[in-house]
Amino acid sequence: MDLALVLFKRECALVLRKPGDALSAVFFFVLCTTLFALSINPEPQLLRALGPGALWVCALLASLMVVGELFESDWRDGTLEQLLLSPLPLPATVATKALARWLGSALPLVLVSPLLGLQFELSGSALLLLPFTLALGTLALVFVGSIGAALTLGLRSGSMLLSLLLLPLYIPVLIFGALAVAGAQNGSGFEAELSILAALCLLSVFFAPFASAACLELACE
Amino acid sequence: MKINWFYFSSPPRFYALAGRLSPLFFALALLLATLGLYLGFFVAPTDFQQGEGYRIIFVHVPVSWMSMFIYLVIAFWSAMALVMKTRISMVMAQALVPTGALFTFLSLWTGALWGKPMWGAWWVWDARLTSELILLFLYLALMALRAAIDDERRADRACALFALVGVVNVPVIYFSVKWWNTLHQGASVSLTRAPSMASTMLAGMLVMALAAWAYTIATSLKRARTLLLEREGDSEWARRQLAGDAR
Amino acid sequence: MNWGSISDFLHMGGYGLYVWGSFGVTLLLLALETALLSRRAGRVADEIRQRTQNAPAPLKPRHTGQH
Repeated sequence: MDLALVLFKRECALVLRKPGDALSAVFFFVLCTTLFALSINPEPQLLRALGPGALWVCALLASLMVVGELFESDWRDGTLEQLLLSPLPLPATVATKALARWLGSALPLVLVSPLLGLQFELSGSALLLLPFTLALGTLALVFVGSIGAALTLGLRSGSMLLSLLLLPLYIPVLIFGALAVAGAQNGSGFEAELSILAALCLLSVFFAPFASAACLELACE
Repeated sequence: MKINWFYFSSPPRFYALAGRLSPLFFALALLLATLGLYLGFFVAPTDFQQGEGYRIIFVHVPVSWMSMFIYLVIAFWSAMALVMKTRISMVMAQALVPTGALFTFLSLWTGALWGKPMWGAWWVWDARLTSELILLFLYLALMALRAAIDDERRADRACALFALVGVVNVPVIYFSVKWWNTLHQGASVSLTRAPSMASTMLAGMLVMALAAWAYTIATSLKRARTLLLEREGDSEWARRQLAGDAR
Repeated sequence: MNWGSISDFLHMGGYGLYVWGSFGVTLLLLALETALLSRRAGRVADEIRQRTQNAPAPLKPRHTGQH
């Protein structure tokens, strides 16, 4: 446990040392949603209808960026080999790294999301719900994404391959996240979608580290 | 009597067995396809709702079944490859992927050609169609992953791991797409209600499904042989086999 | 028997394009896969035979007697 804490502090320190890198996903999210709003007719009705889906797709693409760099720098400077040899079980290492990365890059995205929701004229309850769904959803996306990051570690055209591998696996999270926000928006209820999203999040946080650990061992042989 | 389950997991034995079985299954596939097409076009009656257009069912349903079944078989061989570490399981898992992708594409293609006259649209965001499209993405991802990794051992195991992650996700994807679909589409088109099937229609469909199954076995065994040669071409057994083939 | 004539059969009650489009493309692609596979198998076998002839020394010593 102490080891995990040490690793967690190290990861956080790395994020704080280069805040620009960590925040690039947020910039991407902000720009992408703005472009979305600009590309369509700014009629309130249309914006409200498209808003939940557009915000969620942009958040999903942004978390693809977050995941891409998850193991890359540690792998390049050899830290990853050390982590493999450390007494901390590898799944725990992966989970710690993913959690730190989520806090550094995805949480800011979650926090700014209500402001971007205003661009799409979302209703009050949808604006309140949006960060919650994004928090649960991006957590699931980052953990599932760690599998893809481990599989494509050190490969040519890794980032293209990463999106090809991960996008099919991301579909359930996208569907339930966007549906929950849309449900809050048109008042048709969102509890069922939100609980399924929470279930997906818990399942991926629990199981994905084991799969990524297996993939990491493969990449470092 | 003790059965040696690993008897055919030795590459030379598998190579010889596959060489004997593959043409056999290929002939079986041709025979069944001929019979199935005969049943489908000349015996099965015209459907009273869909006219002659329903005859696409004789190719659409078999390729759709096979496309999903092949993914399960790939997952099975992947699990075997990871647990037992037998070379043949890795080769089989790799050999099935292109055929599976082909069947998935054909399922979408024939589905579109069926959908256009029946519902007036080439594509409907129905849960089954959407899941089939996502299945195609999974197959393509498997092929891309294989192509991107140079080291064969790593490629084998990475693909096996990804296939297993995918097979866990397929039911979740189907469930979520179905949920999304029921919320959005309402009762516009009902795809679940098959045309009332005459027994000859059912027979034709089943025979065609068996033909697709035999074709898959024949093709995957043949591809597995080729892959084995590509991988182990310089080994003693491969040289001896090829010398035997030439004689 | 469902069909009076060949043109009846090809017409498929107005669905000819769709029915033959599905069956035709399926047949075409399966035939293509089979053809490509045979070509690949032949090429691999040829390559290995060539390599064996160029470097006939076997990797391991084996019995040299006639069968």
